[in-house]
Amino acid sequence: MSALLEVSGLCTQYVSQRGTRVTRAVDEVSFTLEAGRTLGIVGESGSGKTTLALTLMRLLPPAAKIAAGSVRFDGEELLTKPEHQMRDIRGKRMAMILQDPMASLNPLFTVGDQIAETLRAHEATPRRTAWAKARDLLAAVNIAAPDRRVGEYPHELSGGMRQRVVGAIGISCGPRLLIADEPTTSLDVTIQAQYLKLLGDLQREHGLAMIFITHNLGIVARMCDQVAVMYAGRLVEAGPVRSIFNEPAHPYTRALIESIPKFGDAAERLTAIEGQPPDPAALPPGCAFHPRCPFVVDQCRAEAPPETQIAARHRARCWVATPAPAGALKG
Amino acid sequence: MNGSRAASLTVAWRFASLRVEGFPWIPALILGTIAFVAIFANVLAPYNPEIGALGDRFRPPAWQAGGSEAHLLGTDHVGRDVLSRLIFGARVSMVVGFTAVIVAGIIGTVLGIVSGYLGGWVDQVIMRVTDTWLALPALTFAIFLAAVVGPSEMNIVIILGAVYWTRYARVIRGEVLSLRERDFVRLAIVAGCSKKTIMRRHILPNVLNSAIVLGTLMLGVVIVTEAALSFLGVGVPPPKPAWGLMLADGKKGLMAGYWWLTVLPGVCIMLMVLSANLLGDWLRVKLDPQLRQL
Repeated sequence: MSALLEVSGLCTQYVSQRGTRVTRAVDEVSFTLEAGRTLGIVGESGSGKTTLALTLMRLLPPAAKIAAGSVRFDGEELLTKPEHQMRDIRGKRMAMILQDPMASLNPLFTVGDQIAETLRAHEATPRRTAWAKARDLLAAVNIAAPDRRVGEYPHELSGGMRQRVVGAIGISCGPRLLIADEPTTSLDVTIQAQYLKLLGDLQREHGLAMIFITHNLGIVARMCDQVAVMYAGRLVEAGPVRSIFNEPAHPYTRALIESIPKFGDAAERLTAIEGQPPDPAALPPGCAFHPRCPFVVDQCRAEAPPETQIAARHRARCWVATPAPAGALKG
Repeated sequence: MNGSRAASLTVAWRFASLRVEGFPWIPALILGTIAFVAIFANVLAPYNPEIGALGDRFRPPAWQAGGSEAHLLGTDHVGRDVLSRLIFGARVSMVVGFTAVIVAGIIGTVLGIVSGYLGGWVDQVIMRVTDTWLALPALTFAIFLAAVVGPSEMNIVIILGAVYWTRYARVIRGEVLSLRERDFVRLAIVAGCSKKTIMRRHILPNVLNSAIVLGTLMLGVVIVTEAALSFLGVGVPPPKPAWGLMLADGKKGLMAGYWWLTVLPGVCIMLMVLSANLLGDWLRVKLDPQLRQL
């Protein structure tokens, strides 16, 4: 199967107003995603996850610019498309769910209006048809009594329902790719679980590819086929979920997995990663992780590591990366 | 049991009273009366406001020596009935006031939204023009414009609209700057809506509250300016009965003791402006907390 989304060598930089300071928020990122699969992108705050998502949608703030690379979506290069063509793609073939779905609805319009708006932005649909479709979409995201709900305002719905409405807007035009940027961070745990289940169901029913941006490794393990770990704008490790969780190659990935709390470990303190994430405007030379890395060697300080193949479809950027024997890890 | 019921009753009572609490009844009543008088001017006025009888010049109000029941508030220098002129003057003030506020509101809101949402050089241009506009003294600017286009009721509306749109533009732009960062606007962008659609459907309805509050506060300013322009002879052309014009006509008689020709229209202007301001203030306070929450 050919890839739905092919990103290669993508670099996005924030340039300060005088052009003197350049922040490499996304640096030489490459990955591919096949139709119907899910990619999880994990990393700390400030590691460039959201910038990466905005780059894919071409919705960067004015200070940011895409310096290099290519994004091929469904066989088409997105980075050279004129804005009006991008607008046709956004929402229709490539949809996005924002960090706070609760705040994503306009308080002044009915739910039906807001779903219909997306439909009407992309196809010349008469109002009646769009509303009928909106009702079907509400039913598709398991909202009870969609006939009534479609005419209600956001404040009349519960938090979980509002989320579902945002999900309905996301899938309204039948996109091939759904980018979810930390869609569950603002939710409590039970609603989180319901919402993840809904997203999984929608993905199966509509054959959606998904990019799941999160810092919750539990969600990644549950939802994703592949994982990409981001650190200081770079993908330090990428591969199938099973292989990354069982045999993490990069010390950062290992540290992340070790810092997940485990059942039955009540007495032990959680493992934390020493130090602070680097300032993206002043990255250390060489490998950006070297000041915090327990396995640092001289080469790490001098030179940024290239991407090395660890196993089938499993890559890492590390000088000392070797598939760690499973026994060396706790748990 | 009993206590909790009493408590819930107190709460209910407080909610009930919250609705009317602080509502400025007197200003609302005054504005309502002026509006009523303006609408039914031709029924209420005892005389034609533009035609006088020269034999009846400078009649004092009915309660003063020499006054008569025929002219309750006296007559002016050409024998026109002051009461009738005040009644028709209310119509001029109301029509000019409201339409000018609306004209200014439309210009300012549209420019404010465009400026705030599009940003960049569009924002720069609109805001620099606004700055320049605000630097000009409003009344002088209005007099200048009136001198250029000539006096008429229609022109007054246009002039006042052209002078006062800047305040709307400033306030609305500020509001839009925070609205455009809201998630529902982002969602619309992500869903592929055009900028025009977003401004019309997501931004405009959310700034209407502020525009309305600003409008009520501007009403007083606009009415005073209209009166000032009429007083200076570049506003509503005579013999139309505008309150400002009546002041101008009456000022010569002030030394001769014909006080009713200036005091009465002056009181009318003052009451109307004061009422509009008090009502606007109340509305601002009332809508403000909601605005922050929305």
